Amino acid sequence: MIEARGLTKRFGDKLAVDQLTFTVEPGRITGFLGPNGAGKTTTMRLILGLDRPTQGTVTVHGKEFSQLAYPMHEVGALLDAKAVHGGRSAYNHLLCLAQTNGLPNRRVGEVLELVGLTEVANKRSKGFSLGMGQRLGIAAALLGDPAILMFDEPVNGLDPEGILWIRNLMKALAAEGRTIFVSSHLMSEMENTADHLLVIGRGRLIADCSVDEFIERNSVQSVRVRTPQPDQLVKVVLEAGGMTMPGGDGAVMVQGIPVDRIGDLAFEHQIRLHELAPTQASLEEAFMELTADSVEFRAQVSGSSDVPASGEVQKTGVA
Amino acid sequence: MTTTQIAVPRQRLVPPTTGRAGFADALRSEFTKIRSTRSTYWTLLALVVVTVGIGALACAGTASHPNGIDKATFDATQQSLGGLYVGQLVIAVLGALTITSEYSTGMIRTSLAVQPRRGTLFAAKAVVFAVVSLVTGLVACFASFFIGQAILSSHHLNATLGDPNVLRAVIGGALFLTACGMLAYGLGAILRHTAGAITAAIGLLFVLSILVSFLPHSWQDSVDKWTPAIAGAQVWTTKASPGGPHLFSAWPGFAVLAAYAVVAIVAGLALFRTRDA
Repeated sequence: MIEARGLTKRFGDKLAVDQLTFTVEPGRITGFLGPNGAGKTTTMRLILGLDRPTQGTVTVHGKEFSQLAYPMHEVGALLDAKAVHGGRSAYNHLLCLAQTNGLPNRRVGEVLELVGLTEVANKRSKGFSLGMGQRLGIAAALLGDPAILMFDEPVNGLDPEGILWIRNLMKALAAEGRTIFVSSHLMSEMENTADHLLVIGRGRLIADCSVDEFIERNSVQSVRVRTPQPDQLVKVVLEAGGMTMPGGDGAVMVQGIPVDRIGDLAFEHQIRLHELAPTQASLEEAFMELTADSVEFRAQVSGSSDVPASGEVQKTGVA
Repeated sequence: MTTTQIAVPRQRLVPPTTGRAGFADALRSEFTKIRSTRSTYWTLLALVVVTVGIGALACAGTASHPNGIDKATFDATQQSLGGLYVGQLVIAVLGALTITSEYSTGMIRTSLAVQPRRGTLFAAKAVVFAVVSLVTGLVACFASFFIGQAILSSHHLNATLGDPNVLRAVIGGALFLTACGMLAYGLGAILRHTAGAITAAIGLLFVLSILVSFLPHSWQDSVDKWTPAIAGAQVWTTKASPGGPHLFSAWPGFAVLAAYAVVAIVAGLALFRTRDA
């Protein structure tokens, strides 16, 4: 479990992380979303004690990271796959890390096997491709068999096979009851993998909820209707207090009326339907909407002091 | 698809229930680090070759025109260790690299993410580097001494290990190298930049000694003995230099060099502990 309380980091006059309070709950995948420069990496660096918070605290299993007896057993982190000495072989890189926490040497072979780098164990890592480098970083994170895994943009720049591999790995690790904290600016990726979301923009927490709730709260649900009598349908919907928009392919998009009610209305007015499908905005769309709002709002309020700051945190108690 | 399925081993790694990731673990890790990069071997090889080679050249030069050498003041040990003037720069490069390469490669972030107790990491790095440079320094200095004396023996100018101060000087040469390397290590921790740290180390060890020689004589005598390289070099002499009766004797001179190194390391540690990595 990772707990941040009022976590703040200022670099010069730039506020990178602003009063973040959140809990990364054990046993699930928590996606950490935000546009580039939102403060995701800084937050992860603060968790690991690489950066010192300007204010606030962050603890891992109730302790500051530097107070953990065997840090590698508690947290395995992949922040930057390039943070290795390229002149060292994959084996020796992992060995020198394993030794810091008194891990057995055999563990190095195990994680190399796990990420599929056994063949190149004795090759210097500077010759590794992006994907191999990422696997080496993940091997390092897994060395201590940690309860918490933290990945910063793990699929960045990977090919589809690599992305699938990491997605499956994260799911497998979570299925074992481990806590996964993974950042991304790729919303579609989180939609496929995360259980829970922390969304930040400009260093502030915008949302802390489940993926489903996030979409529900931040996207307008609409129903796609196809009918040979579109004019009649639009009329009926408007009378019933709904809204319509032209959808692609001759369809009508209806908002503001639940899907069953649309079906009933069509039946009552003898409108034939060829399609009646609820559509849900993707996480990507929901996210864009949310952060765009936050950015726009910021731009508007700059200069006035009595307006509440942007990004009201949507906190929902997910037990 | 099936090839990308992951089978994570089920058996869990259980850490010791007592104790913590500590200094002995960090020492093992740092030793693995230093022995697993090629630059270490190249630098150490260069150190031995340069130190022994220049010492041998200096002795060969003396042996080629031995006339007019006053055996009472000629320091055959110092002559054979003359390669240390350049060797100090080579070890300074390795000392700086020991820490700056962690920054230039980004490895420091990985290192601190597995051992966040920064003092432990910093001390382990320093100790491993010091031991490696002392051992290599001893090899270089004893080799320089024996080869140099063999060359000088043709004109009976040679010293033996049993002569006064000779053993101290040869071992002192290795300590001198280690102290120069540690100074560079401290500078590396302060500057976190390879080129900057090496420049600073060479400036302090080499350029400073040259600059001081440009000073008026009256000042020079009170300043040059305090420069790290001149002060430290007294530990690998066996006779008081005829040109410098004002200089420190062996151990006080070495203490001056060591003090520079200690200041750099303490400052480096203080910054290492507090700065964002």
